Amino acid sequence: MARQASKSSLLFSGSDWDFKTLSRAYDAIEAIAVEELHLDTYPVQMEIISSQQMLDAYSSVGMPLMYRHWSFGKHFLYQDLLYRKGGRGLAYELVINSNPCIVYLMEENTMALQALVTAHAALGHNHFFKNNQLFKQWTDAGAILSYLDFAKGYIVRCEERHGLAAVEAVLDSAHALMAQGVFRYHRPPKLSSERQREGLRERLEYEEQSYNDLWRTLPPSQRKANDKGQDPERKKSLNLPEENLLYFLEKNSLVLEPWQREIIRIVRVIAQYFYPQRQTQVMNEGCATFVHYTLMNMLFDRGQISEGAMLEILRNHSNVVFQPAFDDPRFSGINPYALGLDMMQDIQRISTKPTAEDRDWFPDIAGHGNWREVLLGAWADHRDESFIRQYLSPALIRKWRFFVVGDAADQPHCQVASIHNERGYDEIRAALAHSYEVGANQPDIQVVDVDLLGDRHLRLQHKVNNGILLDDASRDATLRHIRRLWGYEVSLAAVDAETGVAIHERSTSQIAE
Amino acid sequence: MPIFIDRRLNPKDKSLGNRQRFLKRAREELKRSIRDQIRTGRIADVDAEHAVPMPETGTAEPSFNNAWNSGRRQHILPGNRHFSPGDLIPKPGGGAGASSPGNTASEDDFRFVLSREEVLDLFFEDLELPDMVKLNLKEILAYKPRRAGFAATGSPTNINVGRTMRNSHGRRIALRRPKQEELDAILREIATFEEVPSSAAAHQRVAALREELDRLERRRRRIAYVDPVDIRFNRFDPRPVPNANAVMFCLMDVSGSMGEREKDLAKRFFVLLHLFLKRRYDRIEIVFIRHTHLAQEVDEETFFYNTQSGGTVVSTALEEMHRIIDERYPVHEWNIYAAQASDGDNFAGDSERCIALLNGKLMRLCQYFAYVEIIDEREAHIFGATENGTSLWRAYSEVDQRWPNFQMSRIATPADIYPVFRQLFGRQPAPLKRA
Repeated sequence: MARQASKSSLLFSGSDWDFKTLSRAYDAIEAIAVEELHLDTYPVQMEIISSQQMLDAYSSVGMPLMYRHWSFGKHFLYQDLLYRKGGRGLAYELVINSNPCIVYLMEENTMALQALVTAHAALGHNHFFKNNQLFKQWTDAGAILSYLDFAKGYIVRCEERHGLAAVEAVLDSAHALMAQGVFRYHRPPKLSSERQREGLRERLEYEEQSYNDLWRTLPPSQRKANDKGQDPERKKSLNLPEENLLYFLEKNSLVLEPWQREIIRIVRVIAQYFYPQRQTQVMNEGCATFVHYTLMNMLFDRGQISEGAMLEILRNHSNVVFQPAFDDPRFSGINPYALGLDMMQDIQRISTKPTAEDRDWFPDIAGHGNWREVLLGAWADHRDESFIRQYLSPALIRKWRFFVVGDAADQPHCQVASIHNERGYDEIRAALAHSYEVGANQPDIQVVDVDLLGDRHLRLQHKVNNGILLDDASRDATLRHIRRLWGYEVSLAAVDAETGVAIHERSTSQIAE
Repeated sequence: MPIFIDRRLNPKDKSLGNRQRFLKRAREELKRSIRDQIRTGRIADVDAEHAVPMPETGTAEPSFNNAWNSGRRQHILPGNRHFSPGDLIPKPGGGAGASSPGNTASEDDFRFVLSREEVLDLFFEDLELPDMVKLNLKEILAYKPRRAGFAATGSPTNINVGRTMRNSHGRRIALRRPKQEELDAILREIATFEEVPSSAAAHQRVAALREELDRLERRRRRIAYVDPVDIRFNRFDPRPVPNANAVMFCLMDVSGSMGEREKDLAKRFFVLLHLFLKRRYDRIEIVFIRHTHLAQEVDEETFFYNTQSGGTVVSTALEEMHRIIDERYPVHEWNIYAAQASDGDNFAGDSERCIALLNGKLMRLCQYFAYVEIIDEREAHIFGATENGTSLWRAYSEVDQRWPNFQMSRIATPADIYPVFRQLFGRQPAPLKRA
């Protein structure tokens, strides 16, 4: 009797799907997500695509609309090759941080997989995109699609007017600086150009009013001292030092036409849009995996998913969160799905069934009782680095048997620095958190000086952390790209971040064209 | 309830444009690697997909990257079984750390597949049949619109304003449409009468004028300024675009003196020629003639795959070719090309006959005649530089000197085929002058 009742409440049976079943499954999953996990999501738009279209989406950085560029063709060839050789399967889904949230589902998926993917992407990722502080601050989910539409159209018009080669040259150079094209620490100055001009005019007026001819008669020695004092002022007027190279070039390059500036801006906006995603891999995937795992189990407990389907779901789930050990031939780094899910389940455990150790380490959440609230808070406020620094527990470090290896280039050996013991927990947690700090793992390169009235020599500075230098060949090639956008000599000085000692300097005048 | 969109039926190959841009960018390098592959491989392989390595120049995407072999790093790894703090682990390969990113193969080291069309396009780029000058209209494929007078019907975009207004003007004069000036004059007159104090005569006059005004206005309304009958449209006539007809004669010696190796080389040459013509020219006819001491026209299949043997009389092939031209390909309509392959052996005295045939008729009919001689690899050293050679080679040298549209070359190894082919069919800076 009971069995029959449960059979009738199944969301689906068999592996085939149709739109009615998809819709019913989504409604059930969404209801339970809101009710049990208190998720808050954008409206969802589900698109069914073929494997070919999934490859297309891969190669245009996952966006449904993208301007044309040869490098996307190259990536397409690469992905296509991997896929054809069976070296890499395609993702079951792709989700875009937009409003409405676009979720791509592969047509080959079985219905069980579609349900899993719906819970994972349409609810998990979707909730994260809508509620995480980083995404809220830096991306505008409602505007991204129309912006990409504009970008694509704009670049097509530029190609018509200025020729493919000219547009491609600007895009090549801008792409080379994409990683240096984001604001990491501050938001861009928000002055509109009109207000900017007004401010400049007011300042000139003030200078005219307060002009005093006496200054001219000052003895020359003091004027020289004045000249020296001009340097900081010059830097201040250009907002130097500037970490966002693309922004600096867009605003200050003297050789760019307006359309070229706009193209740089487009590349910069897209880079900035993706910046939060790069900082929240573990959290984003962890959140989505936690949500699908929890929701699928809840549906199964309620008798809405059959045992067969649940087995298939669990099999796929365990493939996704598989984490081989470091000496396993399959090891290729830490799996963000696995780490994220484990940490979130760990938070759940700490909130409900804390040990004495947990009470010691996490006094504010241990035994809190309401794990939903704790998780919702963590999802909203953190990025990978701070999340790990805050929530990686000793229990999890032991479970994963983490250890830290120090690797100095000039030593023939790596040295094990810490392991999962009482003394190592803090260090491992800090090291793991640091390894997810995007800003720290990318070379820190800033514009430090340029004399616009003099020789216009653009000076960049690379702050060398831990003695990690830049790769020579790609550095020279990238400098050439900067020179193309800047139009005058560009030099890059490597300076040790701690001691301030200059290590070496490379200028475009030393690099053959 | 989410929105569902089924995208599976959307146009495919969204990234085709990007792929084409990429191929264009890497064109030179891809061309070189395909030619190298084909030179060393089998000629028939041209007609297939090819995997090529990622070109190195022009397709790098540089950015500022950390050098993996400098500085101090920390790796955080899972799955510790037996390490304690302070343990030393030797670095694999003496350099990189346990999981240095520099060790993994970069995304740029991969081979990718070019489709058959892309291979052929790259392979046959800058090759063409020289001197394709005779155009005719026998088989029309393309039309081009051309202005041809005016029509009373057409689409609004084609309205001819000048014509239309001229018709309208004539019609207005013929039908005596009242002009604006006439109406204005009457109105002015009425106004002058109304200013002065009225008399009976004036009243009458004003009434008459008003009636006249009314009549004119009604007439103006009846006779339109521009009537549909006035409108004229530019007319366009589709005009056929002349089309080049070309025929290629492939002449191959299959006599007993041609060994397996020679036949193989000759066939490879013709396979290449065949692929090239099929790829680059939509409308081209190919005539296959093979000869021993007798020549016969055969189909493609027989030409490439059948075996036959016998003596050698080269002139029979030339005669057969001449007969076919006379029969089927009028010289004033067809661009005629010929490629001949032979080992250079000929029946005694027949070479003179060949010269006579070529000088007498054939070279006048042909746009271009290419002769390829298959020689022994050992002979290649001897004959390589000199004009000395087989009887046919010596004979053809005479023809070569007399006719600029005659070319000859020697092939000793499979690797020679492609360079010779390029030499014979490379795009010429200016069309050949016919002697």
